[in-house]
Amino acid sequence: MTRTANLWSLLGLAGFFLLPWYMAAGGFWSFGWVADPGGNGASAFTNILQGRVWLLGAGLALAAALIVSLAPLSHLARARGWLIAGVAGLTLLAGQALMILRNGSRFDLFGDVSQAGMGAGACVVALALLFIATTGISALGRGRGDAFVTGLVGLIVALVAVFVFYPMAFVLVQAFSLRGGAGLGVSEFLPRLFASENWSLACFTGRGWCGPAVNSLVLAIMTGVGTTLLGLAFALIFTRTNFGAKKFLRVLTILPIITPPFVIGLALILLFGRTGTMTEFFADLFGWEKTRWLYSIWGVWLAQMLSFTPIAFLVLIGVVEGVSPSMEEASQTLDANRWQTFRYVSLPLMRPGLANAFLLGFIESLADFGNPLVLGGNFNVLSTEIYFAIVGTVADPAKAAILSMILLFMTLGAFMVQRKWLGNKNYATVTGKADNGQHASLNPGMKWLCYGLALPWAAFTLVVYSLIVFGSFVKLWGYDHSFTLDHYKRAFAIVFRNGVHFVGSAWDSYFSTLTIAAISAPLTAAVGLATAYLLVRQKFAGKGAFEFSTMLSFAIPGTVIGVAYVMAFNFPPIELTGTAIILILVFVFRNMPVGVRGGIAAMSQLDKSLDEASITLGANSFTTLRRVILPLMGPAILAALTYSFVRAITSVSAVIFLVSARHNMATSFIVGRVENNEYGIAIAYATVLIVTMLAAILLLQALIGRRRLRRVDRVAA
Amino acid sequence: MYKVTISALALASAMWASGAQAEQLNVVCSNEQAWCDLMAQNFMIDTGVDVAMVRKSTGEVLAQLRAEKGNPKVDVWWGGTGDPHIIAANEGLTQATGADVSGLLGWAQNMTEMTEGRAVGVHVGLLGFIYNTEVLAEKGLAVPACWRDLAKPEYKGEVQVANPNSSGTAYTELATLVQLFGEDEGYKLLSEIGANVNQYTKSGSAPVKAAARGETTIGIGFMHDMVKLKKEGFPVEIVAPCEGTGYELGAVSVVEGTPNLEAAKKWVEYVISAEGQSPGLEVGVYNIPSNPAAETDPDAPDMASVKLIDYDFATYGASETRERLLARWESDVKGAGGAIEQ
Repeated sequence: MTRTANLWSLLGLAGFFLLPWYMAAGGFWSFGWVADPGGNGASAFTNILQGRVWLLGAGLALAAALIVSLAPLSHLARARGWLIAGVAGLTLLAGQALMILRNGSRFDLFGDVSQAGMGAGACVVALALLFIATTGISALGRGRGDAFVTGLVGLIVALVAVFVFYPMAFVLVQAFSLRGGAGLGVSEFLPRLFASENWSLACFTGRGWCGPAVNSLVLAIMTGVGTTLLGLAFALIFTRTNFGAKKFLRVLTILPIITPPFVIGLALILLFGRTGTMTEFFADLFGWEKTRWLYSIWGVWLAQMLSFTPIAFLVLIGVVEGVSPSMEEASQTLDANRWQTFRYVSLPLMRPGLANAFLLGFIESLADFGNPLVLGGNFNVLSTEIYFAIVGTVADPAKAAILSMILLFMTLGAFMVQRKWLGNKNYATVTGKADNGQHASLNPGMKWLCYGLALPWAAFTLVVYSLIVFGSFVKLWGYDHSFTLDHYKRAFAIVFRNGVHFVGSAWDSYFSTLTIAAISAPLTAAVGLATAYLLVRQKFAGKGAFEFSTMLSFAIPGTVIGVAYVMAFNFPPIELTGTAIILILVFVFRNMPVGVRGGIAAMSQLDKSLDEASITLGANSFTTLRRVILPLMGPAILAALTYSFVRAITSVSAVIFLVSARHNMATSFIVGRVENNEYGIAIAYATVLIVTMLAAILLLQALIGRRRLRRVDRVAA
Repeated sequence: MYKVTISALALASAMWASGAQAEQLNVVCSNEQAWCDLMAQNFMIDTGVDVAMVRKSTGEVLAQLRAEKGNPKVDVWWGGTGDPHIIAANEGLTQATGADVSGLLGWAQNMTEMTEGRAVGVHVGLLGFIYNTEVLAEKGLAVPACWRDLAKPEYKGEVQVANPNSSGTAYTELATLVQLFGEDEGYKLLSEIGANVNQYTKSGSAPVKAAARGETTIGIGFMHDMVKLKKEGFPVEIVAPCEGTGYELGAVSVVEGTPNLEAAKKWVEYVISAEGQSPGLEVGVYNIPSNPAAETDPDAPDMASVKLIDYDFATYGASETRERLLARWESDVKGAGGAIEQ
């Protein structure tokens, strides 16, 4: 443990003396700062010599930690020393960063001083101090004395604090701002929070409008329940039946999550709008009145069901697969029939999956922006209201902040209900014991119910997607259906003359989108699964709060997080706007919860005896994680990677404020074209993105492969 | 530990990877994507300045400029309705450029005067409505010609317009009717039209598109959007209301505190020049350019043939007027219900 502390102290000191403390002009990787140690590449030490004495604190803390390690102290005293040095150093570092800004200091503490955004040196020093502190905590015996566990907790807490709480604080403070710029106060907060315009129930009682909070809640519950049921039906078909075209069905279930926003909505309008194909068909057949029913809660719900069922499926398939056949066989040996086995054995063991799938569907629906925008009609939900409170004709940041809070409360509520429902039961079914049974197939009733639910849905998905592909090859979708390749040419033309030139208008955003998605996906999966590991496998104080804090960023609507990031990261100490980093960060922290949820669901099934066996055999917790748990987590890793990769490509509301001229994203390109009524090129681009993502997902699946839980996974005939 | 550490380090070090910036101009554009791209391309060819362009709606740009105040990441804001440009000018988010506007049309010069040189007019878009000829014939409805026609009971559930709380287009319509008929009479007409409205959309251009596709029979919006749809082959006709109509002023503004002021000035001068504005026709831009020498399309609406009101941008662009009118709209028009399907 002393070695760990020493390593970090030395690393920190190296960062303090050698690396540029502030953001190096021209970028760190250009290494232009190496040649300019007095200016651009000035380390903290050089800066102190130049008069920025406030940087001294962090350096002293690192030195103190090194002295503590080398001095002949008792184990406990040494641990305390590390903890104090680490925490004090971090406090001083954060304090100076928040106090001294680009122009002058807060409260005139230091007079007329200035500093730029923190750079490589500051980052290394901060990490070193953090790990010194967590090593100290573990040496005190917390986290079972495991430096890896405390370090991981410390790192994730720090990351969530800096990239979720810090920016959110900027927005939530706005909730207390008074009208007319009269400063902050609570006098208007409660009346506005409970205002009837948010909570009105008038639509249930007759004429009038329901408040967006009520609308959002009803829609989210409907979507959560619907996606979970459909997802379960698909998962059961995959694991408990001998259905023939599983591979094909699998592709169909992935398609909707890899669809850029607006596209599903547009396809639904062409099918079910007042002049849609299906509407015309039924109108001719039955003489029904052509109505605009699609532009209501039902249209939004339909689109959300199409979009989010795959997420429920991805969570559930791992869990349903993981339910041990031995349990089912035991039940059948005890003379239960297949329905009883399913109802009283399999289904209860799937609870973590069901709960997590519902929670994801619920939150996704709350935060969904594209579908309500296109199909909402007069049905207002919180996410669109928040967006227009920020960008509408009268900007009202306070309203946006208050509505965001309502959204957060709803998420918190759903999260607590989920916890209550799961309770303190044990769902572990994957143990180290011999487990070579076979899954009980569904009883005929259940089987046909699943088929009846899932197959028409799959057919519907197929129709929607055929329509989308069709739309990209015709001149004017819905009117002039003569074949053309023009849309693809305009977006993706390549000229081979004196080399290869990517002249199509979509190439720029296409490449930068793929790059950013490819960088953010593994990071998201790593952070998400590491968090899940801590939550399921480790015990530490404040675990409940920790769990909820990791879920927060998911519940915050993208628009709010986008604005929060601009407000927080446009100025020192952390200056990131206009870079690709801010896009990567926003994706990592927004999509992390999916990794966490999927990881928790999968890990709850792995029996602790596996870890214990590994630890008993002399492995430390890191080795156990790497050699025992990770290989059993294949589907969860795949889900996390897939989801974060895809979301980085398809999310729109969060990136609207963060895309910059140099780093444009595919979705903002598509939205621009849709707004301009150029559906052809938008859909052509969307089709190319879908194909790209599908290829990436299949590649990931091939790379990660399936986990081998048993010698054979089979379903009894 | 190293896996997490390495990803953290990779993340951290990536933070410094992108900071390299040569002399260049960052433009945020609120026009149509194709027009944004074409202008940037032409500007680069003609001036040699390296342009990075991103498209955002005016509301998004305004929110971003406010959040980035003091340390802006964009240099120029080009296009979109004029009201947010005027608000940005009043809030000190943009700066005067001293560009020579003497050769421009009168309304563009007024805009510059009103904002003390901070916003320069680049185009005018006229307000009107559009109807789908097929649906109108199918339902056997008369062709609407005036604002008052839209209030007739026969159009119940057939009219679509944006919500002025979210859309600048709809606010222009609201302010136009108030200026045409006076405030009380204007609101009475709005609530009568409201009884026929099937949906208050969030986006300003949505009603026009919905009419083109037959999702609504009549849509209210800007005429240049309608010309484009008609030319694309949708079965629609465009109506300039008989009582007269209002308009939006598109503008270009230079962001306060930009490090690339010289290049930004070049951009402003370029987008108000005839050679800068004329290529718009290639990508279907049918609004009225501010430079009288710029080419226009014969099918596009022009200011001479349409009866126009003297739109008072100073009064109706001011925040107090806006908040008051929108609050009244919320209670008198939306609150009154209508033919809305919930």
